[in-house]
Amino acid sequence: MPDPALAHPAPVQPLLQTVGLTKRYGDFLANDRIDIEIVPREIHALLGENGAGKSTLVKTIYGLVQPSGGELRWQGRPIKLSGPSEARSLGIGMVFQHFSLFDNLTVAENVALGLDGKEPLRAVSARLADVARDYGLPLDPKREVWQLSVGERQRIEIVRALMQNPKFLILDEPTAVLTPQEADQLFIVLERLKQEGRAILYISHKLDEVKRLCDTATILRGGRKVATCNPKLETAGSLARMMVGSEIKEVKPSAERRTTVPRLVVNDLTLQPAELHGVRLQNISFELKGGEILGIAGVAGNGQDELFAALSGERLVKEPGTIIIDGIACGNLSISERRKMGAAFVPEERLGHGTAPRMRLSENALLTGHAAGDMVRHGFINAAATLRTVDRTTETFDVRKAKRDPEAASLSGGNLQKFVVGREILRQPAVLVVNQPTWGVDAGAAAIIRQALIDLASAGAAVLVTSQDLDELIEIADRIAVMFHGRLSAALPRMEATREKLGLLMGGASLDQKEAAHATRA
Amino acid sequence: MQLVLEKRAERSRTIALVSPLIAIGLTLVTMSVLFALLGKNPITALGVYFIAPLTDGYSLQEIAVKATPLVMIAIGLSLCYLANAWNIGAEGQFLIGAVAGSWIAVKTQGTEAGHWVLPAMLLAGAAAGALYALIPALCRVKFGASEILTSLMLVYVADLLLDYLVRGPWRDPAGFNFPTTAEFDPVATVPLLIEGGRLHLGSIIALIVVICAFVLLDRTIKGFEIRVVGVAPRAARFGGFNANQLVLVTFAISGALAGLAGIIEVAGPIGHLQPGISPGYGFTAIIVAFLGRLNPVGILIAGLFLALTFIGGEQAQITMKIPLDVTKVFQGILLFYVLACDSLILYRFKLVFAARQVQSGAG
Repeated sequence: MPDPALAHPAPVQPLLQTVGLTKRYGDFLANDRIDIEIVPREIHALLGENGAGKSTLVKTIYGLVQPSGGELRWQGRPIKLSGPSEARSLGIGMVFQHFSLFDNLTVAENVALGLDGKEPLRAVSARLADVARDYGLPLDPKREVWQLSVGERQRIEIVRALMQNPKFLILDEPTAVLTPQEADQLFIVLERLKQEGRAILYISHKLDEVKRLCDTATILRGGRKVATCNPKLETAGSLARMMVGSEIKEVKPSAERRTTVPRLVVNDLTLQPAELHGVRLQNISFELKGGEILGIAGVAGNGQDELFAALSGERLVKEPGTIIIDGIACGNLSISERRKMGAAFVPEERLGHGTAPRMRLSENALLTGHAAGDMVRHGFINAAATLRTVDRTTETFDVRKAKRDPEAASLSGGNLQKFVVGREILRQPAVLVVNQPTWGVDAGAAAIIRQALIDLASAGAAVLVTSQDLDELIEIADRIAVMFHGRLSAALPRMEATREKLGLLMGGASLDQKEAAHATRA
Repeated sequence: MQLVLEKRAERSRTIALVSPLIAIGLTLVTMSVLFALLGKNPITALGVYFIAPLTDGYSLQEIAVKATPLVMIAIGLSLCYLANAWNIGAEGQFLIGAVAGSWIAVKTQGTEAGHWVLPAMLLAGAAAGALYALIPALCRVKFGASEILTSLMLVYVADLLLDYLVRGPWRDPAGFNFPTTAEFDPVATVPLLIEGGRLHLGSIIALIVVICAFVLLDRTIKGFEIRVVGVAPRAARFGGFNANQLVLVTFAISGALAGLAGIIEVAGPIGHLQPGISPGYGFTAIIVAFLGRLNPVGILIAGLFLALTFIGGEQAQITMKIPLDVTKVFQGILLFYVLACDSLILYRFKLVFAARQVQSGAG
């Protein structure tokens, strides 16, 4: 491991330092004696799996969380932050992963709300336009947020942070919601900020990004600092090992997978949004055969949730023939009836959508298992059968939990996701529709889930995977289509689906070509 | 130093059981202060309220009689509340049930009608209560009207309808112009369990209702549906459950139970229809439902406890000249404490010592 001092030969006064920083929640140590130094003119990566303590650490630095022990130093002096506004007044800015924007307000109004001063709206608007132009982050101050893409929304957050002229900027997984091309644009801005002498703390778990962009990387695991290194001198493999603490199992595609008959067919699905500012689905058509995995890529908020609702039957469509499962037109059939036909669904949100958080796992097995199978007889619950599902899922998918039948909310994200995916796969569905199968899941659990999806397809099921993680789709899908503004592109075979092509489609390019394809098919 | 509420990782099952007891304890303390302010000895007053009624057989029977409607109504309300449907109008459904059942009693009065009369009255009471409860339920499902308001407002409609009937068309001709129907015939009366006592068949029906509700919630898919729609509506929809339909179902069950309680009350302890047949059972049952943790067994216990306050309140008025309204104050304070203590199930108190001093000068 290279000596961190080598990366900065001259002793530079650190801008921000944490010394033995500790945060304890009850018996749980979220951060355990963490030492970090961040110097000006540096992009410092904070790497770690979910639950490694990255968020707690940056929230402490931003004044949102009070440390239980240790010290924060700003330009060498110990500080105590009572809240984010104090952090901002020192020159610490932060761009969160989840935006805090009001959909019905304009860009300028949103920015003005986030600023501490009493600047009039017109002045804010003008300054905003200046900063945005200056950094090449085009933004129209007068547009309302709901009209903007996710990338543009992130720009608002970044510009809002930059308008306070921070010396130190924290970015929490900024590329998670961007297309590869948008990410490249962001990197140019970050490089520029670095050249201006600012420091950046960059949270990510995308290793190639970190290798490309960052000067220093601090790796956290289980609340502790594992190492500080120069990521450019490391390989993706060695970084991953430090993050996970062991080798990650490779997902192995099954040798021979034969596609059979079409099991899920969608014909010209058009659906008005159920919610204000929702996405309208337009003329979506695809065909998915048994033994096949179709990936749907796209930036979040382009209609993936609406498509899931229509496919699962949470929302019904008038024309039954729009959605055909195993030869049966079922656009107007309920989710329970679709489950009886052998379909299974895994939504993006584990807690609150896929499971009832405060209910036990056996009850959550019943939640999706009651329509088909032996869990309910004459209206009475067969408790033994629900527990059997819990036990089988636990065994097959290595779900770690404190007791046999705990509340769903008490499981870690990865373990709950294994349960949510596992409970559906154990029903041996004919069609599986899964949204973000490994979102916020540790690498080990992600590998198990991806393998299970591949195995399910090998067994003859049709699997539809929607994901924002291109690497994941390229790894497991046979064909990949892209959703943009409620439309679905034609599916590219895996061999042709390069990151560049997918990135262009995710940004809305070559839609014309796609529409032409539509026209010729019709 | 400050006191903060910290979220617990899992619901505390201990607190879930202990919380009603803490609430009762706090209520007793508050009541003692209130009694002292009224110039009464708190110990004696609490003794009259809570101990004396338990010491003689007549009062014990009376407690069961008062608990009967409370428990039946509260069971229905608990199903609504679990499913996130807020029926506040059980009092009205109780009155309508009483009116509908009494209609059969009034029409068959003095005829040769046989033993079918009482079962028909009970059925009519339950059906009327259910239909009456469906009005606010439908308004919510179809038009998005707040069922809290509409169900509450329908209480007054029911109250005035009853008033009109007993002062007008159904008034007992031989009743010296009192606003009341004639005494119901024996075939239209709920039989007593003990000859010459007060305990009647309604208490048995209430017990059966408790058992049925327990089985429904704990063992059936419908009960699971009720529980999951309330705690996780989005997950419930994903599970294939229809929240709107459930509003109708739980309101209907709840209205039926309130209506049944109404007609049992009229055909049982009272024996005829008159204004003021309910000392606010439909509202007190809301307290019973929450004090009983929306759990059938808990509701049975809570119903008996609240019935005790009615009996104790009457005795305190007679022996200590404490106004009967104090009972209502007591019930209100109790509900307040129950809801407050419930937050301890999901949260815990924690003392935080944090230096909030800022030592930085940079800016």
